[in-house]
Amino acid sequence: MSWKKKDLLDIRSLSVEEIGEVHAAARTFRDVIAREIKKVPALRGKTVVNLFAEPSTRTRISFDLAAKRLSADVVDFEASSSSFRKGETLIDTVRNLEALNAEFIILRHAAAGAAQFIAERLSAHVINAGDGAHEHPTQALLDTFTILQNRGRIAELRVLISGDILFSRVARSNIHALTKLGATVVLCGPATLLPDTFRELGVEISHDFEAELPKADVVYLLRIQHERQRAVYFPSIGEFVALFGLTSERFRLCKPDALIMHPGPINRGVELASELADGRNSVILEQVTNGLAVRMAVLYLLNGGQAPLEH
Amino acid sequence: MDQTEIRESIVRMASDIARKEPNYPHAVLLGIQKGGVPIARALAAELSSLSGRTIAFGSIDVSFYRDDLGQRLPYPEPTVLPTDINGRLVILADSVLFSGRTVVAACDALKDYGRAAAIRLAVLVDRGHRELPIAPDFVGKYITTEFHQKVRVRDDFVAVVTYPNPTTP
Amino acid sequence: MSHPLLIKNGRVLDPASGTDTLRDIAALDGVLVSPNALRGLSGVEEFDATGLVVCPGLIDLHVHLREPGRPDKETIETGSRAAAAGGFTTILAMPNTIPVTDSASTVAWIRQRAQEKACVHVLVCGCLSQGQKGEVLAPFASLKKAGVVALSDDGRCIQSAELMRRAFEHAHMVGLPILDHCQDESLTADGVMNEGYWSTVLGLHGWPAIAEEIMISRNAMLADLTRHRVHCQHVTTAGGARILREARSRGVPISGEICPHHIALTDAGLEGYDTNFKMNPPLRTQADADALVEAFREGVIDILASDHAPHCDFEKEVEFQEAPFGILGLETEAGLFLEHLHHRHGIPLMDIVRALTMNPAKLLQIPKGTLAEGAEADITVLDTETPWTVDKHQSASKSRNTPFHGQTLRGRAVATFVSGRKVWDLAGFYGE
Repeated sequence: MSWKKKDLLDIRSLSVEEIGEVHAAARTFRDVIAREIKKVPALRGKTVVNLFAEPSTRTRISFDLAAKRLSADVVDFEASSSSFRKGETLIDTVRNLEALNAEFIILRHAAAGAAQFIAERLSAHVINAGDGAHEHPTQALLDTFTILQNRGRIAELRVLISGDILFSRVARSNIHALTKLGATVVLCGPATLLPDTFRELGVEISHDFEAELPKADVVYLLRIQHERQRAVYFPSIGEFVALFGLTSERFRLCKPDALIMHPGPINRGVELASELADGRNSVILEQVTNGLAVRMAVLYLLNGGQAPLEH
Repeated sequence: MDQTEIRESIVRMASDIARKEPNYPHAVLLGIQKGGVPIARALAAELSSLSGRTIAFGSIDVSFYRDDLGQRLPYPEPTVLPTDINGRLVILADSVLFSGRTVVAACDALKDYGRAAAIRLAVLVDRGHRELPIAPDFVGKYITTEFHQKVRVRDDFVAVVTYPNPTTP
Repeated sequence: MSHPLLIKNGRVLDPASGTDTLRDIAALDGVLVSPNALRGLSGVEEFDATGLVVCPGLIDLHVHLREPGRPDKETIETGSRAAAAGGFTTILAMPNTIPVTDSASTVAWIRQRAQEKACVHVLVCGCLSQGQKGEVLAPFASLKKAGVVALSDDGRCIQSAELMRRAFEHAHMVGLPILDHCQDESLTADGVMNEGYWSTVLGLHGWPAIAEEIMISRNAMLADLTRHRVHCQHVTTAGGARILREARSRGVPISGEICPHHIALTDAGLEGYDTNFKMNPPLRTQADADALVEAFREGVIDILASDHAPHCDFEKEVEFQEAPFGILGLETEAGLFLEHLHHRHGIPLMDIVRALTMNPAKLLQIPKGTLAEGAEADITVLDTETPWTVDKHQSASKSRNTPFHGQTLRGRAVATFVSGRKVWDLAGFYGE
């Protein structure tokens, strides 16, 4: 057991061993959440604050349940980023939470670096539940865990990540996790949302979805976040679907055992055809279940982390 | 304790169990991760040959139930229950009984899996220094120790008890 | 009146006359005189400059003094003290104050305040457009009459090519140089750092080099068209340097300036989301920094400035994307330029001094940046060799926002004389 980190802020700074530790612990927790009494007392008496400064349902519920399954007391704190901007600063808010003896702060925030910013200033454990377009580490941990559960390995798999890459923290975290674990990562998407600089992260880049599908062991689709973008990036959803939507017809190009993954929520009929989302190759709901186990694992490991404060 | 002594202890414990627990052919032997697992395996094998039928054997991990989490972080190992424990006789097995805290944690963990008819405790070594009101039902050997000494049964079980620091300075 | 002043045994570097020699410098009644003129006078204040460089008082034409409007960040008094402690005897105050400096009355207020509070010469830059909104030109003629020496919308950039063309034409008639903050705002929407590898890793919105280069190109074309002098503030990219090189080779009246942080730091410094690395324009790549140094060596870029931009701690102590742009500059400027241009890249001291004295004086058309007899006795003494460590807590500024805290630099100013009077040396400030 070598986990030493106080916080989980990103995948980029994790070692292969640390990723492996989370996966190993998650395996144990998968057993726990499958039993009739789905709860263990590992975090009894600890306080976990779910601080979501950006709307999110699934990640918040997943963390909420993970903490409760570990017997922690959970406080939900939802606030829009704009209310922070108008009123109390983020740092003042989290210092108040720490003054109330919160041992864990799970932060979702629209600003890249927000989790690191508070982690450096608090002694509480901080888990990044998504910071702007930077990272969403638990998502990548649960995604790689799901691939491992299904394929037994990640090394030498070819993983195609398609959609809006530029604004995606899920893409960034998965790029780091998958390349560390030895996969070949291919990014696919419209040129405006997939700048060439991504190549420097050690991945391949393609704008030809149909040419990539037959080669992929995993097809990971990202939501096209139209509401987040200014119209200049892409003419229309229709144009996106025409080029990058995974339709049943295109699916025939895929390997028969290709895994279809999605971080949710799915835009059915946009990036992914509805029948494929529910089809045999889809592991999308497994991702959700594994998310709970992985988040329990992260909370459990951080609770034992003994890293000194950096500041 | 050398190899032979341990083997003899296991045989003696098995016959004790068979004598005191008439229902033992239907018992579940659970080794407490990690040290108890080889003990449970050996006891199950011995009881199987005594009874002529396969005795159920598994493991239980108590990491999440310890009362010293946060001071140290035990690595979680698999809990493998070979059968539903509801209404069954469960025999917990461990290598060394010391403070009794691990046993309590194991009982807490067991409760989350079901309601056993009875829970018994078998330990290869009882070294004393109990901190909780726990007494073993079956003991291989009593060893008198200093509190700060360490007693360990090696993983391969066909092993010896070691005293890494017989005279702690 | 001040005592007669004699600075002895220094290595005198005076780019205006091409002087580089060991000799004494003398001042009487605030004016530079021959050392012989002090003969027989009593009460001569002597400064031993043995082993030191004596040069014209340094000029920084890019300083934010934050007054009026934000005296919690900086005031004319504290900003001028920071300037003196950095070796600067003349600074040009940028007009993005509150209110912005787009009227004669604001100019008058600043000049009045400077007269009362400042320990160095504070010159005033007026706005290019009213309210810095980029819609209507500011009244250049009345601003000039009120005393401004240049025009800029620094912090903003006039986006309309037409309005900028009219600004060039009008400023040419009035006779004021234009200093432009080159930024195509449509290409930098939401941008907080250089667009490239690090913005990709950090998930921060990119601010591409081309947003700056498009405006430098526009300015070069307008300067060519109108024959009016334009100065591009804080040039940060290799492409920008290339455009300047091409334009200047054709005789276009355009110049550029380099700020210390753009050659001393790169966008890799943002890895920890430290808001003290958030600048406008942003820190670029090592290749850009190297290109800037080369452009300076060639003389393509021949003015150095700080872009001194004080901010309160609580303003910088926020999420990266919420933090204001900019850092302190005046007190680390000379040290950083000496370290990075002279010591690391072998650029002659004369070129560095010229870019901090004579060249900005020529751009602003002010009779400064010279040690000629008869000129105002603004003098800076530099120790170009001794290492020292930046300590933000010792800063004379009101703010503490610097990424250079704890860094060791070779060279700094050790004494500053304004109008023949010592206002600062390593022992501290000298009041009236």
